[in-house]
Amino acid sequence: MAADMRRSVQRGVVYLVLVLAAGFFLLPLVAMVFTSLKTMPEITGGAGFETATILSPPRLWSFEAWGLAWSSACIAVACEGLRGYFWNSILLVVFAVSISVALGAVNGYVLSKWRFRGDSIIFGMLLFGCFIPFQIVLIPMARLLGLLDLAGTLGGLVLVHVCYGIPFTTLFFRNFYVTVPDELIAAGRMDGAGFWQIFTIILVPISWPIFVVAIIWQFTNVWNDFLFGASFAGPDTRPLMVALNNLVNTSTGTKAYNVDMAGAMIAALPTMLVYIVGGRYFLRGLTSGAVKG
Amino acid sequence: MRFFKARLPQLTLLPSLVLVAVSVYGFIALTFVISLTRSRMLPRFDRWEGFDNYARVWSHPRWEVAVENFAIFGLLYIGGTLVIGLGLAILLDQKIRAEGALRTIYLYPMALSFIVTGVAWQWLMSPDLGLQHAFRTWGWESFSFDWITQSEMAIYCVVIAGAWQASGFVMALFLAALRGINTEIISAARMDGASGPAIYWHIIIPALRPAFLTAIVVQGHLSIKSYDLVVALTRGGPGFATELPSTFMYEFTFSRNEMAMGAASAVMMLVLLTVLIVPYLYSELRHGR
Repeated sequence: MAADMRRSVQRGVVYLVLVLAAGFFLLPLVAMVFTSLKTMPEITGGAGFETATILSPPRLWSFEAWGLAWSSACIAVACEGLRGYFWNSILLVVFAVSISVALGAVNGYVLSKWRFRGDSIIFGMLLFGCFIPFQIVLIPMARLLGLLDLAGTLGGLVLVHVCYGIPFTTLFFRNFYVTVPDELIAAGRMDGAGFWQIFTIILVPISWPIFVVAIIWQFTNVWNDFLFGASFAGPDTRPLMVALNNLVNTSTGTKAYNVDMAGAMIAALPTMLVYIVGGRYFLRGLTSGAVKG
Repeated sequence: MRFFKARLPQLTLLPSLVLVAVSVYGFIALTFVISLTRSRMLPRFDRWEGFDNYARVWSHPRWEVAVENFAIFGLLYIGGTLVIGLGLAILLDQKIRAEGALRTIYLYPMALSFIVTGVAWQWLMSPDLGLQHAFRTWGWESFSFDWITQSEMAIYCVVIAGAWQASGFVMALFLAALRGINTEIISAARMDGASGPAIYWHIIIPALRPAFLTAIVVQGHLSIKSYDLVVALTRGGPGFATELPSTFMYEFTFSRNEMAMGAASAVMMLVLLTVLIVPYLYSELRHGR
């Protein structure tokens, strides 16, 4: 009996800690969503809203702040909301992700199935590229983009993200293809398949788990990037995160907290959606690669 | 033609290799060279100053603050994510109902950008309308949480927001590792009469060594690179109380036209990171083969 009691008390404590932790992790999201749906008097505790707090659900629901953030909030000198920057980020992601993932897949294929002398040194040097602090490349990259006439363009930003995405995508695909039996490749060769046929016919169809990992990884990194966008984008090509930061930190006059939070939610939703849809595959792939030891 | 055919694999690797050789190794070399010059607004290579710029950086009061903050942030951020991540992973591994839902909640911050995280926490930590105001409105009149406005405490706000964002990822690493442990060893230990805590201490935690290593390296390297979070959360302030090496580098290079000093600070960030990463990569590559 006593042992049963102790066990259920223990279970209770475990659940209590887990639920409290969940509350901590949800706190910022709750504050963002609630604030974005309130009107300014309710946020600042104006007349009739004296008991309202950052965590109280909106009493007066309003989607106005979302509309403002999307299409008419002022960022720097333009009052056209985040809309245009959202599309900048979409374009950036489409090109940067597809190019870096395609190159990474081929690199991983060569480095695992067409071994040659010095290949592991090359792989090691690529791997180091995953870890460099990007501050070390900012100055020369700014010069190079200027020389190539790509400064301030979306193409330039795509190039930057491809350069620093390749090490990651190569790592993912190489680690995945190492686990594919070499006999499969040998059989393909016996049947007369060449370098590209082996890749497209044999490997690509079985690679979807690692494609999911690489695409989600690159998508979140490029979408969430701030440093490269702030350093290399022009006024018309700024990605969403740079615009969001400008929106929140340079607003003149009274701060529209509801618009700030709606803007933050707009910036957060795409990656949260990707994560909710594909997160399970992502983690499975990522952790199985990362924790092998 | 035969030459190209025989070298096709290496040739397909070539474009990526050129890109990485230039944009990683070439640029590291260039930044180092610039750090030895007297470049201000633009790189110029007509005057060499040796390591003077490094001395200038080290004697600058803002760099001193940046290094001190980095030590606080790095240690507490890595330590905090490890403790929270491991704790949650162990608790979640107790055959918990609704494990999937809880895991999703712990993990979603990972999908957010540091800018969004900074914006959200700046709002929560604002003394006028954030959590402090909420607790006081609920009747806890003396409740105080205004660290973000205090020079001494603001860096801990960065730690809290950073740990909030990254703990879920560490939890996922540990959870995957926990699930990978051979259960036979654990039941054997239990048969021998080992208690729950003893099993954790002597069998499970040592078996998590690779996960610890990965978590420390990933979080350590994030803490060195960390820039966006400070920009969005505190703008480096109040004053320059939350300056980090990364914000120092950006400020001196692009706002103050002290490019050579910015380059020198970037080189020091890279050195710090190399000390952390190279032993890890070396052991990874040797094990991986």
